[in-house]
Amino acid sequence: MHTVIIENGFDEWREQARKLLTSRVPPEEILWEREAGLFSDEPPLPPAQGETPTVPKEFLKLAHTVAHHASPSKWALLYLVLWRLTHGGERHLLKMASDLDLVKLAEMRKAIQRDIHKMHAFVRFQKVGEDAETGREQFVSWFEPDHEIMPLTAGFFRKRFTGMDWSIFTPTGSASWDGKEVRLGPGVERMDAPGDDELENLWRSYYKSIFNPARIKVKAMQAEMPKKYWKNLPEADLIEELIAEGKDRVSSMMEVEERPARLLNNAYLNRLGDLTAAQENPQTFREQMACCRNCPLWENATGTVLPEGPENARIMVIGEQPGDQEDLTGRPFVGPAGKLLDRFLAQAGIDRKQVYLTNAVKHFKFKRQGKLRLHQNPSVGEMKACRPWVMSEILRVQPKVIITLGATAAKSIIDPAFKITQQRGLIDRPDLAPKVVATVHPSYLLRSDIPGEEERFLADLMLAR
Amino acid sequence: MNTQRKLEILADAAKYDASCASSGAQRRDSTSGTGVGSTGGAGICHSYAPDGRCISLLKVLLTNRCIYDCHYCINRRSSNVQRAAFSAQEVVKLTLDFYKRNYIEGLFLSSGIIRNADYTMEQVIEVARSLREDYDFHGYIHLKTIPEASVELIEKAGEFSDRISINIELPDEESLKTFAPEKNLPRTRKAMGKIRHKIENAEEIRKERKGRNKEKEGTFATGQSTQVIVGADDSTDQTFLRRSDDLYGNYKLRRVYYSAFSPIPEPSQILPIKAPPLIREHRLYQADWLMRFYGFDAREIVSDAQPNLDLDIDPKLSWALRNRQIFPVDINKADLALLYRVPGLGVRNAQRIVKIRRYSAVKLEDLIRLRVSVKKVLPFIIAANHHPAKLEDASEAIRARFAPKPKQMELNLFTPTVENPADHFTGSPLGKVMS
Repeated sequence: MHTVIIENGFDEWREQARKLLTSRVPPEEILWEREAGLFSDEPPLPPAQGETPTVPKEFLKLAHTVAHHASPSKWALLYLVLWRLTHGGERHLLKMASDLDLVKLAEMRKAIQRDIHKMHAFVRFQKVGEDAETGREQFVSWFEPDHEIMPLTAGFFRKRFTGMDWSIFTPTGSASWDGKEVRLGPGVERMDAPGDDELENLWRSYYKSIFNPARIKVKAMQAEMPKKYWKNLPEADLIEELIAEGKDRVSSMMEVEERPARLLNNAYLNRLGDLTAAQENPQTFREQMACCRNCPLWENATGTVLPEGPENARIMVIGEQPGDQEDLTGRPFVGPAGKLLDRFLAQAGIDRKQVYLTNAVKHFKFKRQGKLRLHQNPSVGEMKACRPWVMSEILRVQPKVIITLGATAAKSIIDPAFKITQQRGLIDRPDLAPKVVATVHPSYLLRSDIPGEEERFLADLMLAR
Repeated sequence: MNTQRKLEILADAAKYDASCASSGAQRRDSTSGTGVGSTGGAGICHSYAPDGRCISLLKVLLTNRCIYDCHYCINRRSSNVQRAAFSAQEVVKLTLDFYKRNYIEGLFLSSGIIRNADYTMEQVIEVARSLREDYDFHGYIHLKTIPEASVELIEKAGEFSDRISINIELPDEESLKTFAPEKNLPRTRKAMGKIRHKIENAEEIRKERKGRNKEKEGTFATGQSTQVIVGADDSTDQTFLRRSDDLYGNYKLRRVYYSAFSPIPEPSQILPIKAPPLIREHRLYQADWLMRFYGFDAREIVSDAQPNLDLDIDPKLSWALRNRQIFPVDINKADLALLYRVPGLGVRNAQRIVKIRRYSAVKLEDLIRLRVSVKKVLPFIIAANHHPAKLEDASEAIRARFAPKPKQMELNLFTPTVENPADHFTGSPLGKVMS
């Protein structure tokens, strides 16, 4: 039997464990102790046999955390698992979440992580003054964690409370920060609150007011904030009183007779009723377009994507329908295809700001697939439902040139049987505009790798100049 | 009126907003500055109120004066509650004082609508701006925005905050028409669309820049959320879940909070005066989790024929009992997506099982050690040492095992008891899943 004494934590254990492992001392022959003095006649360690076996990083991380557990049995357990991982030949042991030894280690780690989390949450600082020279505010806290976790939590408090001086005392360690470095120190046995911090009264007021008396869930509260923490929380002694009062407050609220719901008017919805022909005022026209429900597409889309550009524009560009980005922002041609269009318009010497941009269908039609919203072609019915809007836009703007982008726009405006592959280019439709150009949609260019397509598109746009 | 009295009134007025999360912010701390504050990782609940809710933020209204008349709201203009208003600097000071004592890890600021939406938004933004710019505050800030406010202001709010939210309050237009005549759903969805666009834009910019230079660009909230009130109107669970599905899918909301309608002082004439059972809220959260983490579609959870969730058993068990033909599932063979559907198996344990079975067949003992409720999974699985006869238990018998025992109907409105209430802490109601 070998007795190993660990007084100072992880690094010391690691050093000892490495020696024992290299000497191939099995776990059952080791007694891990906090203090020396039980066994006097012990055989010396056997000589090292071969290299020190390598250990997965993951285990070291686990061991580093578990080393802060309050239970002294942690060292033996860690060595046992270390032995199994190396000489025991179970390299994959850490993947076996249901192994009994690992379950024990995992529970220790969980207990420590929970303890850390609760310490982050329930430390309460009291202000004790201000530094005469630097003017920095100074705060102190007394906290009683279950495990030896002060070194594991100091970093959190340093990062969160850089701009103030603070000290935290626990039974197994302390830490303080002065704006330059964190000093870790020994624990203190007991500490009295330094005095009254007037802010505690405001905090207690807040705690009382934020509580909803109509829903009391004491068990839920205690599961997350166990009573053992209460004595150091300035708000905790209000709890019983709040629970008692809560019941009275709710019953007084409810001493009213039951009554049914009553309908009221909604100005916005009433406005939806009136969807007749376009009116003279452009603002009303846009408002009505925004409320369009002539086909079912409005329901899933975010909203009508309204046209952009001057009401007296020379060129009108009619796209197919808004895409994902257009739907989110409510603006036409802002997504990838829109950016491409901008580039070509600029190359063709056309200023986007001078162009009236609109779509043959005003709402985004899509299918949701996982996290994506996939574009879908509008149906003939949906095109028809939107056609009156597009035609009245043409009537209002009376552009000199209309450019239709893609099959949908051409079919909607020019001819339901329009074939973009065969008929693209200048179209003779003086009833629509003196010059009508039908071309592909820029999204086609994003998908297509046929050489020369971009040049053809540019050439079509040049026709509009 | 002193700060203490204002705090009482304006915290009281804010408590019906269920949202409390302070997680999911960009990692950030105060080490390089002169102030205090850090964010990132899991949120911290600094205290719990006796209603079981987490207190992680100073949750207050800037003012409870309001020109709107939403019936479910204690602050509606026709209510007789006492009114108060903070100055921006009062909220700034309270936030910092509380933060430095580790009472909270940030601010959740909302407000009644005063004068008009833009004016109100400007006041709310000023608080956040001052905290960030005047006091170098790095803690969590959640701002409630008003859908009627101009886009520029909503964007500004996003620049100073970690989370922005707009409450839809009720799940469809008809209900809003009745209970919140000044609000409307299309406008709210439009605002959410714009916020999503901004959030994703900022993410892109941050990715491209990879922390090279810390310019203002790319500083934007990392998420948006919303709240709906359950039980104030007669909307079915199907309506709620479809709306959530819409908001998660289209606007990438981080969370939809379901808040069981609470009786309020000074109730409006058209409200039900009984609180809905809190268990309904709990079941909605469970269903919500199924949609977000377990691969369920809203249509699998509720249907036209059964538009409401079963209050007696959880929605996953309920689904499994309606689909017995899929079970028992062999946990040593089934793919992960199917394991997610086994009642009693959470996301994390399903993943663990997949890892363990690479090395050895998973037995019932393994499940016990993983703290799986064996009683619950037993009828639905095949394990190395467990082969249930097919349909060994009738669905009715299984249901009876988990449903509460029938008892004298007694409506206890004051202390509704829910086992494992899981609504508003930072964990999940179905197991440990990161939100």
